Amino acid sequence: MMNLSTFMQHLANGISLGSLYALVAIGYTMVYGTLRLINFAHGDVFMMTTYFAFYGISMFMLPWYVSFILAIILTAALGMLLEKGAYRPLRDAPKISIMISAIGASFLLENLATVIFGGRPKAFPSVKLLMDSINIGSVSIQRLTFVIPIVTIVFLIGLLYLINHTKTGMAMRAVAKDYETAGIMGVNVNMTISQTFALGSALAAVGGIMWGLKFPQIAPLMGVMPGLKAFIAAVIGGIGNIKGAVIGGFILGIGEIMIVAFFPSLSGYRDAFAFIFLIVILLFKPTGITGEKIAEKV
Amino acid sequence: MRKVASVLVSALLIGALAVTGCGTQTAAPSSSGSSGGGDVIKIGVFEPMTGANAAGGALEIEGIKLANKLYPEVLGKKVELVTVDNKSDKVEAASAASRLVEKEKVNAIIGSWGSSLSMAAGDIVKNAKVPTVAASATNPLVTKNNDFYFRVCFIDPFQGKVMANYAFNKLNAKKVAIVQEVSNDYSIGLAKFFTDSFKQLTGDQNAIVGVANYNTGDQDFSAQLTNLKANNPDVIFAPGNFTESALLIKQARQLGIKVPIIGGDTWETPEFIDIGKDAVEGSVFSTFFTSEKPITPESEKFLAEYRKANPGKEPAAVTALGYDAYIVILDAIKKANSAEPVKIKEQLAKTKDFPGAAGMITFDENGDAVKDAVIKQVKNGKFTYMDIVKSAK
Repeated sequence: MMNLSTFMQHLANGISLGSLYALVAIGYTMVYGTLRLINFAHGDVFMMTTYFAFYGISMFMLPWYVSFILAIILTAALGMLLEKGAYRPLRDAPKISIMISAIGASFLLENLATVIFGGRPKAFPSVKLLMDSINIGSVSIQRLTFVIPIVTIVFLIGLLYLINHTKTGMAMRAVAKDYETAGIMGVNVNMTISQTFALGSALAAVGGIMWGLKFPQIAPLMGVMPGLKAFIAAVIGGIGNIKGAVIGGFILGIGEIMIVAFFPSLSGYRDAFAFIFLIVILLFKPTGITGEKIAEKV
Repeated sequence: MRKVASVLVSALLIGALAVTGCGTQTAAPSSSGSSGGGDVIKIGVFEPMTGANAAGGALEIEGIKLANKLYPEVLGKKVELVTVDNKSDKVEAASAASRLVEKEKVNAIIGSWGSSLSMAAGDIVKNAKVPTVAASATNPLVTKNNDFYFRVCFIDPFQGKVMANYAFNKLNAKKVAIVQEVSNDYSIGLAKFFTDSFKQLTGDQNAIVGVANYNTGDQDFSAQLTNLKANNPDVIFAPGNFTESALLIKQARQLGIKVPIIGGDTWETPEFIDIGKDAVEGSVFSTFFTSEKPITPESEKFLAEYRKANPGKEPAAVTALGYDAYIVILDAIKKANSAEPVKIKEQLAKTKDFPGAAGMITFDENGDAVKDAVIKQVKNGKFTYMDIVKSAK
């Protein structure tokens, strides 16, 4: 029924979509790992990046690479600010308060973007170098399709190194285990959490830029769906686990594409499948496929 | 591990709430007037100003405001526009319409871009007996069984036929694939009318070689398009919202799909070209009006005023229709010699050969205008006129 080249095309599409989910999911999972907080504003942080990059290029006429780097830095700063303003004051409050605060932050960013940038969608600038398609047989693949997974893997390796082999990473792990004890042991808890947010947001920023390049349309509510999908990816992989988030991202991306590929008549229900998948995972394997036991704090 | 599960499930539920929650905030009117006293006549403008359809709504509002500037008074009273944002959302559209009829107590309503959004307001305006004129909502169901809903544009059975004819006669297509926005009544309806006409033209029940669906707001269409590519269509018909369509065409080209991609009136927004760039070059769609062929003296007046206000720009078809919706209401108020909604409605229903900017307006028994269709193409990054297709009548 489906020939090999069509299948390969679907696979390439799936890997490319999956690596985008993975990039955003890492940020979700990092924050959950340290604070046990599902940062609902993560998708909106991701949206802000695309606007930063957009204005960098279109208004300040910066070369694309400068604009992208600036956007990543600004987004990291935004992540830190968010933590400081919306989450830090509630750190010792019940978990539900901080989660509600996260939803509030999400609304704030969405509406702020609508007011400042306007509700009409804008075209994300394209980078010629990455846009051309390469043909392999009858499979047509954009260069960007190769770049996205490579970027994801490079950042994953860098992040794992940082977390497992540096002092900052050690502090992050200590805070994740038990921030009160870590504080007593001399770890600067506030700074470590700030760094976690900066790092998580920077990764969302990279994801946002890649997303903008692949789907060159930006709007104030564009972060909602990718944010939810990345959340699903993080849960599939086992929330709190960075490698799991990447695996989850790939599973979700490839799965979504393959559902449409094999059942074309169900293509309108693609998002529904992602959410059904999430519910199934939560019911039968809430620790995700990596299956690590999460030490519950009481 | 149950605990983790329960935390995550509740997080999911809260997340879902957050998503729907953001769709139910009340819309703020952009201009709040006096309490609807006798000295002003209020016309409600009900359009998407944010969200997926925002660009379309903005184009219509442009036309409505222009008409209001040219004709600011009727029966010696000032006409005040009360604009509400329906946020490109069906639920939001219903509450925006309720706000106009209950709180603002408007005399008539214009809107909305997008058939789904207009249909969401249908029962509200019908029950409140407030005449409403849609500028560019083309789905037949908008005005069907609703005496208070009118429209100044043609409807989709005609538009579907126009594009099916174009595909069959001009593009010599024998096999067409369809990509439709399943959450959008306009897209589904137009795709269906196209399908019916095309099957009739070719006499081939299997002339449609593939149907793919997507949802409003989707950004990745690669899987659907890869499926269609394998079916080798001669033409792809993809009616839908402009941003999604632009992304879709872009991705089709990247996947190496080279066949013509054609669509409907919703494509005519600057965003379609901004986002689609080179990829949408050559795309063909049907619409209502072109500034290259002014039809009535009112068209000239509209064009002159538009060009004065926007130097170097040409109006979109829906801008002309927004303008028409306003002047046709004003005409009915004049004839009724009253701003009472029911009387406006009675006069509106009698509208015959009224010269609008986008052609003569005569409402048929459903309240639909019967008009010619214009075919446009994207050429050198601009919407250019190709052809006019006469209406059946």
